[in-house]
Amino acid sequence: MSAVFAVMRRELRSYFVTPLAWVFSVIFLILAAALTFYLGHFYERGQADLQPFFNFHPWLYLFLVPALSMQMWAEERKRGTLELLLTLPITATQAMLGKFFAAWMFVALVLALTFPIWLTVNYLGDPDNGVILAGYLGSLLMAGAYLAVGCCMSTLTRSQVVAFVLTAAVCFLLLLAGQPLVMDAASGFLPAPLVQAVADMSFLEHFAAIARGVLDVRDMIYFVLSIVFWLAAGVIMLNMRRAS
Amino acid sequence: MIETDQLTRRYGSLTAVDGLSLRVEPGQVLGLLGPNGAGKSTVMRMISGFLAPTSGTARVCGFDVRKQPLAARRALGYLPEGAPSYGEMTVREFLDFIARARGLKGETRWDAFDSVVERLQLEDVLRQPIDTLSKGFRRRVGLAQAIIHDPPALMLDEPTDGLDPNQKQQVRTLIDAMARDRTILVSTHLLEEVHALCSRVVIIAAGRLLADATPAELETRSRYHGAVSFSAPGAGVARRMLQRLPGVAAVETDPLDGRITVFPKTGCKVLEPVQTLLSEQGLELSELQLERGRLDEVFRQITTRSEAAP
Repeated sequence: MSAVFAVMRRELRSYFVTPLAWVFSVIFLILAAALTFYLGHFYERGQADLQPFFNFHPWLYLFLVPALSMQMWAEERKRGTLELLLTLPITATQAMLGKFFAAWMFVALVLALTFPIWLTVNYLGDPDNGVILAGYLGSLLMAGAYLAVGCCMSTLTRSQVVAFVLTAAVCFLLLLAGQPLVMDAASGFLPAPLVQAVADMSFLEHFAAIARGVLDVRDMIYFVLSIVFWLAAGVIMLNMRRAS
Repeated sequence: MIETDQLTRRYGSLTAVDGLSLRVEPGQVLGLLGPNGAGKSTVMRMISGFLAPTSGTARVCGFDVRKQPLAARRALGYLPEGAPSYGEMTVREFLDFIARARGLKGETRWDAFDSVVERLQLEDVLRQPIDTLSKGFRRRVGLAQAIIHDPPALMLDEPTDGLDPNQKQQVRTLIDAMARDRTILVSTHLLEEVHALCSRVVIIAAGRLLADATPAELETRSRYHGAVSFSAPGAGVARRMLQRLPGVAAVETDPLDGRITVFPKTGCKVLEPVQTLLSEQGLELSELQLERGRLDEVFRQITTRSEAAP
């Protein structure tokens, strides 16, 4: 446990000494606000809720989260520090968890910094704060799933750009599973039950339910399982590298 | 103690390390010597647990790297090739991270930190990001990282590579100071290092063990071992007489400075006969030297022979 914590501390600290943390948080906050007010018609809708705010999160994460996760392992490999890290008496799982939780905590922090919009909506009207809390929780879980995909993809390459593109591509597919873009392609070669399974993997569907305030345990479990799956895949990739 | 047992590593069809067995005892500094690409780093990476062996295994202080990887890594301090570190961190943060990741807690961590900072004289750079340090300091930070948990076994991959002569000397002094009751495995392709550091030498090429001996033993394999070389004006006449001396295998003259070297036949001593002959001839010697043997020549001999053979 202390090993996970040590890795997490180091990662978090490195975010803040490099421009990464500042660029990420500023861009996220500006875009989140701009999208909510302009594309989401926050005022014009005349409703006291944060639907237009949360609706854009899947798309914001689509290119911001890969930017956060791409350096995770690719950079260690490029700088040679991977050898240092993996010869410490810690397991690949501990290292992976440390890195993942550091990034996730950072996203949680940035998400918390969007609190002015919550103040705004409470000032303007009388929203259901339970629904808003559910929205935040769903958004954080979804960010975790994106990040886990990124953790896994970053182990595959020493190039950050490749890691970014792979992560964004996989997340895009997972996001749109269930939409015609993915379903039409999938139904071409997969049997019907599997097509349905693909549809059920959609990030968008699971998030939409939570964001509407329907805090279904199954949606939450879906995101948690996604996180576990992708992190496990990443650990397997790391251990395979030792042997290959 | 560090042991390898038929350690083998293949990359596809290429065999980087081929059935290597060696054993380093506490108090020994073993120099792992070989030309570039001989498999030195691959051997170290397998012992450190960074790479898994294709077959065979290694043990660090009795812990098998395959069956007890964490215990083995706990007993080992390791400086990877090029001394990688997180450049954006300060020296203090970096060493603190390593200590925490190695599970050192509370008082123990502070003591370990203080002692390593003192031993490697890092006080003045503690607050500097590692990226801003000179190469010599960065190597010292790498060494500090490797010994912060006071490991019984230490493995250093080319610890002096790329340093200037003064820095090399510093690093060697440090290793020497650590050697007393530790098991140390050092890889190098610098022969000067062998004399300065190692109590034993293992030469590998193409992943195979070619020689395992003390530096002095290796020197005896050199044809220069026991040879006598001297410079004397007008020694040309003496050359033929030297060649006729019993026990002399060959006499060579350096074309550049005219220095004459007399090579003995195996098992023969030529110092005395040469000296007697020269004084009989009344030659004025400007210098005379008994050669110990040349490691670079032995190294070349051993490693090129293996290349010629399949």
